[in-house]
Amino acid sequence: MSDVLHALLFSTLDAAPALVFAALGAVLSERAGVVAVGVEGMMRVGAFCAAVAALAMPTPLAVGVGMLAGAALAAVHGFLTIRWRSDQVVSGIALNLVALAGGTFLLESLYGPNGTPPIQQLSRWELPGLASVPVLGALSGHSAPTYLALVLPFAFQFLLARTPLGLRLRAVGDKPHAVATLGLSVAGLRWGAVLGGGLLAGLGGAVLSTAVLDRFEQHTPAGLGFMALAAMVFGRWTPVGAFLAAAFFAFGNALRIGLVSSAPGLLELVPQGVLLALPYMLTLTLLTLQGQRSSAPAALGTPYEQESR
Amino acid sequence: MLAVVGENGAGKSSLMNVLYGLYQPDVGEVSVDGQPVRFKSPRDAIARGIGMVHQHFMLVPTLTVAENVVLGREPTRRGLFDLERAVSEVAATCARFGFQLEPRARVDTLTVGSQQKVEIVKALHRGAQVLVLDEPTAVLTPQESDELAHIMRGLVAQGRTVVLISHKLKEVLGVADRVAVMRRGRVVAEVRAAETTVEQLASLMVGEGHSARAAGLADLHGGIPPGAATARHEPASSGAARPPGEATPTLTAEPGSRPPGETSLAGAVLLEARGLQALGDNGRPALRGVDLTVRAGEIVGIAGVDGNGQRELAEVLTGLRPLTSGEGTLLGGPLAGLTPAQARGRGVGHVPEDRLRRAVVKALTVEENVALGRHTRPPFARGPWIDFSGRRERTQALLSAYDVRPPDPAVPLHALSGGNQQKVVVARELDARPKLLVVVQPTRGLDIGAVAQVHAKLREAREQGAGVLLVSLDLEEVLKLSDRVYVFFEGRVTGHFTRPEYDERELGRRMLGAGTGHG
Repeated sequence: MSDVLHALLFSTLDAAPALVFAALGAVLSERAGVVAVGVEGMMRVGAFCAAVAALAMPTPLAVGVGMLAGAALAAVHGFLTIRWRSDQVVSGIALNLVALAGGTFLLESLYGPNGTPPIQQLSRWELPGLASVPVLGALSGHSAPTYLALVLPFAFQFLLARTPLGLRLRAVGDKPHAVATLGLSVAGLRWGAVLGGGLLAGLGGAVLSTAVLDRFEQHTPAGLGFMALAAMVFGRWTPVGAFLAAAFFAFGNALRIGLVSSAPGLLELVPQGVLLALPYMLTLTLLTLQGQRSSAPAALGTPYEQESR
Repeated sequence: MLAVVGENGAGKSSLMNVLYGLYQPDVGEVSVDGQPVRFKSPRDAIARGIGMVHQHFMLVPTLTVAENVVLGREPTRRGLFDLERAVSEVAATCARFGFQLEPRARVDTLTVGSQQKVEIVKALHRGAQVLVLDEPTAVLTPQESDELAHIMRGLVAQGRTVVLISHKLKEVLGVADRVAVMRRGRVVAEVRAAETTVEQLASLMVGEGHSARAAGLADLHGGIPPGAATARHEPASSGAARPPGEATPTLTAEPGSRPPGETSLAGAVLLEARGLQALGDNGRPALRGVDLTVRAGEIVGIAGVDGNGQRELAEVLTGLRPLTSGEGTLLGGPLAGLTPAQARGRGVGHVPEDRLRRAVVKALTVEENVALGRHTRPPFARGPWIDFSGRRERTQALLSAYDVRPPDPAVPLHALSGGNQQKVVVARELDARPKLLVVVQPTRGLDIGAVAQVHAKLREAREQGAGVLLVSLDLEEVLKLSDRVYVFFEGRVTGHFTRPEYDERELGRRMLGAGTGHG
C-alpha cells in the first residue's frame, strides 16, 4: 500500500510544478485586472524555446530562455490590452492560436513532426535523509522546479497580503481608478503583473520540456494552460488556493496513469480516450460544483480608461 | 470656501479634473500659492496639497479603511507593509479632524456617508490644504449632508480651503463663502454667497432669456418661498383628502406644482404585497419582509439610501427577480413566480435604473427601440411583418409629444444625449398605457429641462389613472412627486408617510434605520 502511495505522490510531485507555475502566473496577472487566457500559449512558447535552447546550452540556462520567451509573448498581450486597450479575452485567444500554429510550423520545419531531439533533463536531487522514509521518501529525487513549486505559492501569498506592492496589486485589480487618483500608475502595475505572469507561465512550459519530458513534443502543453486557469478559479484567485487546486489536478492525473499501469485490463473496459479526458472532466465537475461563488477581482478584464469614471 | 455651481455639462467636473492632474489643460495654466504649476498626474497635485473627493468614490471596496487611506504611501517595516502602523496613523488623522471611523472595517461594509468620510480622510492624510469635493451630497441623507457641511466648515476654520462642486443651490448658499457660476465651459459669474439668492444663481446658471427654466430650476431647488407658490395655484388648497403641503416648509412640498382638483384620484388597488423577501445579487437577503400597496392614480415613492433593497423591489415587481417568500397580488394575478412576460402582459411598465443595460439597445435606431417589446403588435407589426410606416408614424408622434431632440426616428439611439434617450424610454413605456409603472431613478444625470419633462409625464400618467411606483435616491424628487412615501432601510419598510405629513428630518432618520414598522 505504501508503495502505491509513494508512486502516486512521486509522480504528482513530478507533474505538478508546470501547472503550479502557470496557475501562479495567471493569478498574478488577473489579480492586477488583466485576463490571462493566454497562459496556454505562453507555456507553449516557453516549452519550445527552452527545448531548442537546451540543445545548445546547459539546461538550467535554457529554462531561463523559456521564461523570457513566455514573458515576450506576455509583452504582446500587454501592448494589446494595456497600451491599446483591446479586448483581453480576444487577445489571449489570439496569442494561444499564434503559439499553437507558430510552434507547429517551427517544429516541423526545423526538426520534423516527432518533436525536438532529446535534451539533457534537469538533474534530480536526492535528499539523503528522506529517501528511505516510507511515503515521504517520494519528496526526494525531483528536479529543482518541484521544490520551487512547493515554496513559491506561499512566498507569493505573503507578497500579496503583506507588502505594499501586494496591496497595490490587489487594489489595481479591484478599482484601478482609485489607484490612479492616488497618483500611482495603473499601467505600470499591470505591466509588471502581466510580464511576471509571462515569466511564470514560460517557466511552467519550460519545466514540461526539461523536467517532465526530455524534448518539446508537438502537442505541448496540451491544455495544461487551461487547467491552470481552472486551478486559479478553483483556488479563488489566491496563490495558495491555486497551488492546492493545481496539486489536486496533478494528483488526478497521476492516479489515471497509476490505474492504467497497475491494472492493464482496465483499458479493455474503458477506452483510452476516456481515461485521458479524466483530469479535464474532473476540472469541469469541480468548477460546476463551485458554482457562482466567485471571487474574481472586480475590475478583471476591464481596460483602464481615465475618462470612464 | 468656494462653491462652483452649474448645470450638467457646464464643465464643473472637467475643471476639477484639470486641477487634480487627471486631465491636462490644452491652454491656460494653474497656479498654486501664486506659482504656476503643471500637474502631469494626480501625484503632482497631491504633492502640492490638493486633495479631491470624487463624485463616484475612489475606494477599493475589498480593502479596509486603513488600507484605502494609506494606499500609495504605505508605512513599511523591513520592506513589509506595516498594517498596525497604518491603522494607528489613520486613527490619528481621524482623531485630529474629528472623524468617527473604524480603520479596520472593510470599506464595502460602510454606509455611503462613512465611505465619503474615508475619501475626505484619504485626502487629509496626504496633507491636502485644498480639498475639492465633487457633488458630495448627491447620495447622502439630510442628516449626512448636515454632518458634511459641519465637517467642511470645520476644515475651513482650521485654515484649509474647500472647493465644493454642486448643483444644489440652497445647500451651496448655506455653507459657501463665494460662489462661482459656470455655464458651457466658462465661469460666467462670481458672487459672495451672502449677497445672492437662489433665484439669482439659477438665472446665472441658465443664462439670459431662459427665465422660465431658471424659475423651474429655482423651484426644483426650493428657492421659491412657499407663499408665492401657493398664491399662484390657489385652488390646490381646496382638496379635502390632500391639503397642500405648505405646512412643512422645510420639505419644499411645492403645492404650486400640483394641478388643482386631483385629490381623489387614488382608486383600485393595483399592487398588494405582504412580507416580500428576495435575495440580492450577492446572495444575501435584500428584501426582508416588505408590505406595500399601490393604487391606481397615485405616485408612491420609495426613499432610501442606495442599496437598501429598492432596486430588488423594482426587479421583483417586473418579474426580473424571484421572490424567496411572501405573497401578493399584482394587477389581478399572483406576484409569486411572476415572469417579465407576465408582468408586461398584465400592464406593468418599467423604466429601469440602468437604461443602457436594461431598457434600450444603443446601436438600434430610435424607432426600433420604441418598438421593442411591442414589436409583434400593431402599429409596429402587421401579421408576421414589420409595419415600417406604422412604426415610423407612431415614433414621430411620440418624439414630438416628448420633445425629443433630434426628432428623427431613424437615427441610432446612441446619437441622442442621455436625457433624450431617457425620454424615449419613458415615451415607450407610457405609450403602452401601463396600469402600473415602475420607475427607478428616472432623472439621474438629466439636465434640468429633461427632468421637468419627465416629471410632467409621470404626473400625467398618474392623472390618467395609472399607478406609479417611483424609486429614487434623490429625496427631493421623491418628496416632490409622491402622494405617499415608503422609506426603505436594509430591505425593510422603516417608515410610511402620506402627503402632506412629510417631515424631511424624520424621513432622514428612518432612512438611517430609526424606527420600525409603519410611521
